[in-house]
Amino acid sequence: MVEEIGTTADGDLIINVGPQHPATHGVLHLVITLNGETIKKVEPHLGFIHRSIEKMCESLTYRQFIYVTSRMDYLSAHINNHGCALCVEKGLQIEVPPRAQVIRVLMDELTRIASHELWWGAMAMDLGAFTPFFHAFRERETINDIMEESCGARLTMNYIVPGGVMLDIHPNFQRRVKEFIQLFKSKIHEYDEMVTGNIIFQNRMKGVGILSGEDAISFGCTGPTARGSGVHCDTRKVYPYEIYDKLDFDEIIETAGDSFARYMVRLREMSQSIKIIEQLIDNIPEGDFQAKTKAVLKLPKGDFYQKVETARGEFGVYIVSEGGTTPYRIKFRSPGFSNLSALDHMARGGKLGDLVAMMGTLDLVIPDIDR
Amino acid sequence: MTNEELKTCISELLPAATYEEGGQWLVINIEPKDWRSLAQQLFQHELLFFNYLFCLTCIDWKTHLTMVYHLDSTRYRHNIVVKSKLNSADPAIDSVADVWKTANFHEREVYEMFGVNFINHPDLRLLILPDGWEGKRPMLKDFEDPINMIRL
Repeated sequence: MVEEIGTTADGDLIINVGPQHPATHGVLHLVITLNGETIKKVEPHLGFIHRSIEKMCESLTYRQFIYVTSRMDYLSAHINNHGCALCVEKGLQIEVPPRAQVIRVLMDELTRIASHELWWGAMAMDLGAFTPFFHAFRERETINDIMEESCGARLTMNYIVPGGVMLDIHPNFQRRVKEFIQLFKSKIHEYDEMVTGNIIFQNRMKGVGILSGEDAISFGCTGPTARGSGVHCDTRKVYPYEIYDKLDFDEIIETAGDSFARYMVRLREMSQSIKIIEQLIDNIPEGDFQAKTKAVLKLPKGDFYQKVETARGEFGVYIVSEGGTTPYRIKFRSPGFSNLSALDHMARGGKLGDLVAMMGTLDLVIPDIDR
Repeated sequence: MTNEELKTCISELLPAATYEEGGQWLVINIEPKDWRSLAQQLFQHELLFFNYLFCLTCIDWKTHLTMVYHLDSTRYRHNIVVKSKLNSADPAIDSVADVWKTANFHEREVYEMFGVNFINHPDLRLLILPDGWEGKRPMLKDFEDPINMIRL
């Protein structure tokens, strides 16, 4: 695998990016064939943090396996838990109390903002601007503090469980979320001033890594990656789950299909998430935060599939049950895996220096790809 | 389209297909040899237009393997699930990587994890597992690894 270095018979140069490279945001290994500075082929080698989560889940009960899923896409831990909980609830036909539904959506949207903040800072850092990273983390830390108070963890929360949520929200939750909304609104224009309007940044992003809408669907791209190519694919709108069909928010779609379009989709999505949080934060219904469920969950025999929209795209949970206490087979359809498969297509014919911009706007999280 | 209309339409394309209802989506059971031509027709058919393969996976039932394809249409928003039984001794099915490009990576994953041979796949090599894993199929139920596997 690693000996693929040197030149090919055609005189093309083969170089390796990763597994340990700051621009790959984790241990991703890319073998790149170059003609001069032009990319001829990008070949990803995966599996450096493959933990075989799907196999592990086969020996864990329906309550236990949700904890493992926080470790897949660690930036969307809540949303991964949410997808799994919804899939189990679908099998058992559990009615989730309204209070839990609202808390779940609030947590999902806070997670989405936190994830996009990290992406924004890290991507600007890839392109050579270090300051945005600190600005993004200033806001992100606030969200992490809110999560810590209610869930007891900052990254792998394991908060959403079948039937509702693990614990009720902290008494400070509403006040601190409102404070965060104020903070975010006063800072979001800085993001545009600092990065979006920067002419050097725009030159590096516009027209780079173009993906057509048709290709985006064919490669299975979802989330902001596909929406930057004009594909209407937000699971919250297309196949609404929980209470998303009752909420007022826009699906952000750009049509250019280049890195800049994907950048704009993510940046604008943060404001939409704020819009959702504002609608719900004063309207958390009273009542139970968890439905009454049996101590041991047994899904009936059959197949169950649930999609949710994570910060990176459509996350699917496919459970095959034989009627026992553990799933017979479980498959996680991770958005990053499909998004990465489009990288080769996007990068061909482009320049090596632009590859960082393309990878940055794909928002790759390697544990999500490897699983 | 409703499940009934989908059934009628697919029956015209492949009379041998059998159907299962009652789950979330219509399930179509087919023979592995019919898969490639059916896949092309599902994609190209004006009224079906299944252009989005959102999940491709395999299940080990100990006696046989089952390939599972989840299809969606971004134009009509109807879904189907296609299932095909493969024998455990020599599992093989046609690749659909040229119909849906996402199948390329997903089939490579199923190849290394379950040992399914995808006929005419453009690049059937290990993707996630390290070199030297050829022949061992970690996701099969009878796989044993005394060093790396911890039993609860």
